[in-house]
Amino acid sequence: MLIKRQERQTRRSNLAAAIGNQNGGLDRRSFLRKSGLAAGGLAAVGALPLATVRKAEAAGPAVAGATIRKNICTHCSVGCTVIGEVSNGVWVGQEPGWESPISRGSHCAKGAATRELVHGDRRLRYPMKLVNGQWTRISWEVAINEIGDKMNAIRAKSGAESVYWLGSAKFTNEGSYLFRKFAAYWGTNSCDHQARICHSTTVAGVANTWGYGAMTNSYTDIRNSKTIIFMGSNAAEAHPVSLQHILEGKELNRANVFVIEPRFTRTAAHATEHVRIRSGTDIPVIYGLLHHIFKNGWEDKDFIRQRVYGMDDIRKEAEKWTPEEVERVTGVPEAQMKRVAEKFAKEKPSTLIWCMGATQHTVGTANVRAFCILCLATGNVGAPGTGANIFRGHTNVQGATDLGVDVVTLPLYYGLVEGAWRHWSRVWETDFEWLKSRFDTPQMMNTPGIPSTRWHDATLLAKNDVAQKDNVKAMIVFGHGGNTVTRMPHAAEAINKLDLLVVADPHPTTWAVLGERKENTYLLPVATSYETSGSRTSSNRAIQWGEQIVKPIFESKDDLEIFYLLAKKLGFEDKFFKNIKVNGNLPVAEDVLREINRGGFSTGYCGQSPERLKSHMAHQADFDMKTQRATTGPNKGDYYGLPWPCWGTPAFKHPGTPLLYNTNLSIKEGGGTFRPRFGVEREETLPDGTKRKVSLLADGVYSKDSEIKDGYPEFTLGVLKKLGWDKDLTAEEMAVIQKINPTTPDAVSWAIDLSGGIQRVAIEHGCTPYGNGKARANAFGLPDAIPVHREPIYTPRPELVAKYPTLPDAKQFRVPNIGFTVQKAAVEKGIAKQFPLICTSGRLVEYEGGGEETRSNKWLAELQQDSFIEINPADAAERGIRDGSWCLVYGPEMPSGKVCRVKALVTERVGKGVTWMPFHFAGWFMNVDQRDKYPKGTDPVVLGESVNTITTYGYDPVTGMQEPKATLCQIRAA
Amino acid sequence: MARMKFLCDADRCIECNACVTACKNEHEVPWGINRRRVVTLNDGKPGERSVSMACMHCTDAPCAAVCPTNVFYTTADAIVLHSKDLCIGCGYCFYACPFGAPQYPKVGNFGSRGKMDKCTFCAGGPEADNSKEEYEKYGANRLAEGKLPLCAEMCSTKSLLAGDGDVIAQIYKERVSKRGYGSGAWGWQTAYRENIAI
Repeated sequence: MLIKRQERQTRRSNLAAAIGNQNGGLDRRSFLRKSGLAAGGLAAVGALPLATVRKAEAAGPAVAGATIRKNICTHCSVGCTVIGEVSNGVWVGQEPGWESPISRGSHCAKGAATRELVHGDRRLRYPMKLVNGQWTRISWEVAINEIGDKMNAIRAKSGAESVYWLGSAKFTNEGSYLFRKFAAYWGTNSCDHQARICHSTTVAGVANTWGYGAMTNSYTDIRNSKTIIFMGSNAAEAHPVSLQHILEGKELNRANVFVIEPRFTRTAAHATEHVRIRSGTDIPVIYGLLHHIFKNGWEDKDFIRQRVYGMDDIRKEAEKWTPEEVERVTGVPEAQMKRVAEKFAKEKPSTLIWCMGATQHTVGTANVRAFCILCLATGNVGAPGTGANIFRGHTNVQGATDLGVDVVTLPLYYGLVEGAWRHWSRVWETDFEWLKSRFDTPQMMNTPGIPSTRWHDATLLAKNDVAQKDNVKAMIVFGHGGNTVTRMPHAAEAINKLDLLVVADPHPTTWAVLGERKENTYLLPVATSYETSGSRTSSNRAIQWGEQIVKPIFESKDDLEIFYLLAKKLGFEDKFFKNIKVNGNLPVAEDVLREINRGGFSTGYCGQSPERLKSHMAHQADFDMKTQRATTGPNKGDYYGLPWPCWGTPAFKHPGTPLLYNTNLSIKEGGGTFRPRFGVEREETLPDGTKRKVSLLADGVYSKDSEIKDGYPEFTLGVLKKLGWDKDLTAEEMAVIQKINPTTPDAVSWAIDLSGGIQRVAIEHGCTPYGNGKARANAFGLPDAIPVHREPIYTPRPELVAKYPTLPDAKQFRVPNIGFTVQKAAVEKGIAKQFPLICTSGRLVEYEGGGEETRSNKWLAELQQDSFIEINPADAAERGIRDGSWCLVYGPEMPSGKVCRVKALVTERVGKGVTWMPFHFAGWFMNVDQRDKYPKGTDPVVLGESVNTITTYGYDPVTGMQEPKATLCQIRAA
Repeated sequence: MARMKFLCDADRCIECNACVTACKNEHEVPWGINRRRVVTLNDGKPGERSVSMACMHCTDAPCAAVCPTNVFYTTADAIVLHSKDLCIGCGYCFYACPFGAPQYPKVGNFGSRGKMDKCTFCAGGPEADNSKEEYEKYGANRLAEGKLPLCAEMCSTKSLLAGDGDVIAQIYKERVSKRGYGSGAWGWQTAYRENIAI
């Protein structure tokens, strides 16, 4: 029998003999590649005590000959560190990033397989265009020239607004920012990305409640929670590495974990209790919980009095939601509701985690508002273990949202008002009047664009139904799937009607195959996240700098380079890159971030200089996992990734804000208050008709070390003067402020003061620059100021529509939203009888988003080879459908006679009357295999029917969010 | 000498399949060969539990007992490895293995069994450590680099543990005592019955 002794001496001599090296050590990769030798890296497991081995491991990969590069996993927002070993320009190996205080070496299936993404088996290799329906290779030069000429022609004929800019959550922050800036220089606000269909309703709902639209706490902070509710979040599949912190926290704290979901998810399998609800009834569920909380006096009365506005309105609404009515609407029995309510209110700190199960509804914004209100009512915001923990879906969807790849704002939530444009034109050093001249009319400059969910309506509706000069004629799509937006049969028609389609992506994506286009269609190969350097913002607002692991493969180009080439073609590259150095054709990412820093005061994106971020990445081991704070080293005192807001200039050295609105810390140490964003007082009309003014500022509560011991408004130079603090401003700071508004410098606020002086002085006095206000339980100004239950457009319970109808038809974002008419028609036609099954959708752990990247990755594709639908055994039996067999699925808006062909997964995971499909598949469209429509060699390994072929009409009035989570379908055996 | 073992903490395993793709990534394992896989029991029902399975590197390995050409050997670290040069692809080890660990690549138009492939605990095979031959036949040899199997190193929830059996047993013991509600280990109730107070 063979015995191989794993002993140091034996092996060393063997290896030395094999390669003639006297130093005695080498690793397999350098040996394989014969690319030089070096000592070290060979600790013999058998011969050494384990402690030594563990130490070697903690020191990180010691691979001689290979270069180690750190980037961030691209597949969700947890922000796991990816360690690439590069040899001769090839990414040869991947090692665990042990030092990351977020991921601690871990990955999920996607992260552990991510190296395959740059192997590029199925990548688009060079620019291509359709010539008479055939994909033809072209050069970059030809591509940019032709695209630019066609864009200009559309601009001349239909106006700037007819070109739609669909961007990506896979951009770096620098890419996101330049993309938004590009749309501004082109002259449109129709610039959007995946956040629209992801957490747009979260951003709107949360920002309208307490100031900023982001996760309040962090993934690692959930370790402190004693009660955790997941609502519409299946983190075990969508954010697996977050479960490391959540499950360990659950074990150590004996925490309660409730999963409130229509489906028994993999997260529910690890919860202490699963609460099964009907899809689309989140608001009644929250009112059901609040009903018990108020009835039993479990609310946090001091917190509400000091920090919340309008809770009495909620109390009144919650009274209406009796346990009987809640059970009638949601299906959850009283005892279970009471149990959850009591634990959430009493076993604190409690946190509420949500995802697309909550946001993707016609009532998405109201859902999110209801969740915030539950946190507020129980005092669960602004302290460790509490908060609204919003798990986002891509590496940089938080960053792309922050940087304004959005139809309602310029970068960093300045909005579209004139003041916002003037602020950014000062930062860009571009003439405001010139920017204005780029738009079809001056008014369009301040008009929100068309959301990504409605681009096909803006293309297909009659011209005068779209409130702009002409229909959308061109789609410029960077890194965005075509199968993630609902109503795909409608989108397919719209694709055919476009004058120009440009898809810039590592893969051709569904856009390339969905329509029947013959000409005017371009595919541009773009580098993946790993082939570009720049910063990425995780869900917890921490920013990590990722380095380029390898150069873009094939003829792929960095997004930034494409922006430069396009700007040059369109003739504004000098203005556009005025303060950004361009190496060859590639803008320097560091310079882009510095420009963001110079203008990013409103959201505290001002302190995270490239130097500070790179230092964090280089010294990850210095940061404590639980507090995220560096305990030693050059970044001592900083929170990992300088989570925004990181106030002031980089020189101010603010440590970042790990938890938002935490009054237990001073602002200088990362504390905060609720942001009074909606005025300092509000006139209320009492029932007897009299009016009174109510303060919206915090009442007797303030952050640690604050010199103002009460609520206060946002800081301006005028406010500083009143307090006598303006003397603390330096002469240079004062000069900058004077220059911003020479006539009335007192009006210059903390957000537009480019010197950072107002922020600095406010913080030196312990105050938050944005003020100290109350969170709003009543968010006046929204269509529903307090959350109101409204049945889904296609509801399985038509008898409830009369009592809980959707909002009336209205024009939103330049296009009509006729949800009310559609809902009424569905009830009248008896759609719920013809399509009796609820259709909802979600993620698989192996795939992400539209799935082009991950379905093209053979290591992942092998694990999920078919598009499928989950169906309850009772429903399957009624239809004669066996587990694993093919079945045909169709929805109420699909063309008559058309079906989707998918595999049936018969499981009790879904309740009776409910079906669930993953949303990652595409490439089969209504029972037609489209594989031969992809350019040769670029078809993803796995193709399948997309759930969005079945999904239907329905849009949130505040953000244009689509409704893929609560619609109807019917299934029959194939 | 260390006795290398895997342990999957079923209370933590969320079937994320990181172990599966990490293995593919590290060893460039081809489509259709699964050195490691995640098995889920009671899928979609209360009590659903997943556990990541590969070769368990048995102390008294049944595969080795039945192998007609004696390809298996146990290293000084108690890892069960095999020689592909001697393997005849008969599949007898597949009969014997209680875990379904042995895998057989398809070869040729008619043959269904190539030489057996399985988890090596990231320790390669009989060839010289980190040689080209070893890599081509068995994949990477992380142990020789002083590293542990990548599947466990990359586990999303630190559910899959790999290393010296004594050390991982100690880690697991600490977890169980902190949890205070039984081990969560798959098979616990079979072994000790549900009504045993822990």
